Amino acid sequence: MPLDYDVLRFIWWALLGVLLMGFAILDGYDLGTGMLLPFVARTDAERRQVRETIEPHWEGHQIWFILGGGAAFAAWPPLYAASFSGFYIAMLLVLVTLILRPVGFTFRDKLEDSRWREFWDWVLAIGGFVPSLVFGVAFGNLLLGVPFNFDPEMRLSYDGSFLDLLNPFSLLAGLVSVAMLALHGAAWVSLKADGMVAERAARLTRLAGLAAAVLFAFAGIWIAFGIEGYVIGGAMSHTGPSNPLAKSVARETSAWMRNYGIHAGLITAPVLGIAGPLLAAVLSRPRGSIAVLIASGVGVAGIIATAGVSLFPFLLPSSTHPAASLTVWDASSSPLTLFIMLIAVLVFLPVVLIYTSIAMRLMRGRVHLVDVERRQSHY
Amino acid sequence: MTGWGVVELSRLQFALTALYHFLFVPLTLGLSLLLAVMESVYVMTGRRIWRAMTRFWGTLFGINFAMGVATGITMEFQFGTNWAYYSHYVGDIFGAPLAIEGLMAFFLEATFVGIFFFGSDRLSRIGHLIVTWLVAIGANFSALWILIANGWMQNPVGAHFEPQTMRMELTSFFELLFNPVAQAKFVHTVSAGYVTGAVFMLGVSAFYLLRGRHVAFAKRSFTVAASFGLASALSVVVLGDESGYTATLDQKMKIAAIEAMWETEPAPAGFTAFGIPDLDQRVTRYKVEIPWLLGLIATRSIDRPVAGIKDLVQSGKQRIESGILAYKALQIVRRDPNDAGARADLEAHAADLGYALLLKRYTSAVVDADAATIERAASDLVPDVPVLFWAFRFMAGLGFYFIALFAAAFYLASVRRLEKRWFLRLALWSLPLPWVAAELGWIVAEYGRQPWVVEGVLPTFLGVSSVSRGAVIGSLTGFVLFYSALAIVDVALMVRAIRQGPTVEDAPPGRHPFTPQRPRTA
Repeated sequence: MPLDYDVLRFIWWALLGVLLMGFAILDGYDLGTGMLLPFVARTDAERRQVRETIEPHWEGHQIWFILGGGAAFAAWPPLYAASFSGFYIAMLLVLVTLILRPVGFTFRDKLEDSRWREFWDWVLAIGGFVPSLVFGVAFGNLLLGVPFNFDPEMRLSYDGSFLDLLNPFSLLAGLVSVAMLALHGAAWVSLKADGMVAERAARLTRLAGLAAAVLFAFAGIWIAFGIEGYVIGGAMSHTGPSNPLAKSVARETSAWMRNYGIHAGLITAPVLGIAGPLLAAVLSRPRGSIAVLIASGVGVAGIIATAGVSLFPFLLPSSTHPAASLTVWDASSSPLTLFIMLIAVLVFLPVVLIYTSIAMRLMRGRVHLVDVERRQSHY
Repeated sequence: MTGWGVVELSRLQFALTALYHFLFVPLTLGLSLLLAVMESVYVMTGRRIWRAMTRFWGTLFGINFAMGVATGITMEFQFGTNWAYYSHYVGDIFGAPLAIEGLMAFFLEATFVGIFFFGSDRLSRIGHLIVTWLVAIGANFSALWILIANGWMQNPVGAHFEPQTMRMELTSFFELLFNPVAQAKFVHTVSAGYVTGAVFMLGVSAFYLLRGRHVAFAKRSFTVAASFGLASALSVVVLGDESGYTATLDQKMKIAAIEAMWETEPAPAGFTAFGIPDLDQRVTRYKVEIPWLLGLIATRSIDRPVAGIKDLVQSGKQRIESGILAYKALQIVRRDPNDAGARADLEAHAADLGYALLLKRYTSAVVDADAATIERAASDLVPDVPVLFWAFRFMAGLGFYFIALFAAAFYLASVRRLEKRWFLRLALWSLPLPWVAAELGWIVAEYGRQPWVVEGVLPTFLGVSSVSRGAVIGSLTGFVLFYSALAIVDVALMVRAIRQGPTVEDAPPGRHPFTPQRPRTA
């Protein structure tokens, strides 16, 4: 193998972060737009206007999430197995909303009936809100640790329920996620729509930007002083076989702040997580601007990076059996699989980015209300 | 369902959601390619009727595509939610093609399907044609990678068991990629998708012709469907045969069960066209045999025998005994990775380790299993013979029916005799049949793989997650209700769009559908 096992593992940790950021930045504004749909748009034409800002792209953007799941399966099989089965009900909840989204987009304009259309508009709104909330709640639980263990044959047992996931800290994390994606959606709508819709979205940009920054900062204080993090005890091989039962782990308060002490530069991530939303709120104006969208995108990336950097090298800590926690060094695929998947990513991800930007460029410009009123739906 | 545990419920849920997903996939495969072909003709000839065809069938494609994507997400989630031990045990191999599918195919398809519907007034004719082709290519590549993943479950090549991580790990990506089972399944499956698209187009066109509506449009669509369908139907049957051949490389039991062949037949084995499998006596009654045919399909020879169920159970017993040795050695290696003797034992019997795992259904003390337990575990190796026997025969029968249907349609279209009402009715009533055939095909492939989730490597019952029975009952009930509601809405919208029919408008040629163009502003 041309690359060492620890290097491959580190690269795949970073790639998982890149995929999550790709999802949160691109599909994030689709989710946020959906969430805000009933609030920024009142009439049928306005609703269609808002939907048309995301309709050409949301389908492709959602693949970032599908790919994130696929990449976790291929590169971090125990993480995929533990998180999807442990968060069983939460995952199925996300699934239902993700299934309703494509259907909501395509089916809505097929009938003239106003109740039919109102129904699918709310479906899209819930389809934006629920995944945003659940993803945030999931990250909150990642930081707290999740009650799981492995038996000697590596069969996972999970000792918690859906309601356990809804603890105060995780709900706060959920709200951070909702505010962050609402901000991103509002920034997008104010840029892509016009008239009243854009103005309402611009007002929401300020509100959500402020909320995202404040909630995120508050969560940071809670992480620093309120919850216990996890630390690997003693030396641990970074190149050993992926057996999560061969290490010792301790829990201590402020442990999630350790990485910032080791590499001061990492503080950039939380700083961007606060500065991005604040900047978006300050820059927001009635007709929107690309700068606001970039600022909120940077904020999204900063917030996700903060979670990843704080947890490192942990992927999924176990609250009941800390030694069974999954880390970057003992929960990956084999070096061969990581290497082949890396090649696949290096070849195909740039291609994906190229045609995504071609598609975005093709559909550039605002969706004008007068045009929407004049024509029928594209689907 | 009262006696059912997490294993049975999870299997039922996976089967239902997979079969449901595959109601939409074949039409996406078939229609995307048909759209690309029709739009190509439009771009080459400039005749508006071809554009109207692309648009109308494109609308139906859009409704179906949304459902295909939506239900596909369930499949990716479910390995993790309900089959966590499976995901741990084979994720190192199985996850890779799934991830590459997203990266290479799904992204392409999903990005351009939006442009297909929304970019038409911003693209040149050629530009839009390229987009349509990219959607079709994406859909087909997607099938390729999924079937590479599925092919590995049928014929797990290029992997070995790693005791330190307690899982299967990849040894050769090349073997995974060029797995003969995956290749055969891919061509068979996409061809079945093309048949579905063609039968759909043929049936809907026949509906218009019967009603005397959109006659010019319907005749042309009928002709396209007939020629495309004939080629696809031939390909399904011919390559389905290839699929049968490759299955015998590693899934002898599946072939024997499909044939309800209890005893090993002397070469060349005959093909049982009809019969009634009797499970108690382990014989097949009232057999109507076609001599030599099975031997030719399964072994490509007239001198090699095809193994029967009873002999395969006997050899299964030996493999369980060999697997017990592997399991015993594995326990020692787990405690002491440097025990050279145990490592050598494990190495020698590793290929049969999966067979020892079959015992876990009856005893946790695998190493001490007695002869009676081994006997029971070996008898589990036989899949559900009557279901496979009949599912296969109906599927294959439908395959031949499609060839006849398309041949007749092709003939009638060539001699311009499309007013034959009995044939139009037949074409209309044939509409559901490709779906029936496709679902039966998956039943043969996956139900026939039982008791394995990965043939010879991991028994299905071991693959499940440690979730509660109540949680799975809840999710299963939710899926049934939710999917039923979606199915009703989907079919209602399809029927409505078909009743409304195509619109052939008189816009000046050269510009694309849907909207008047406005000056572009930033």
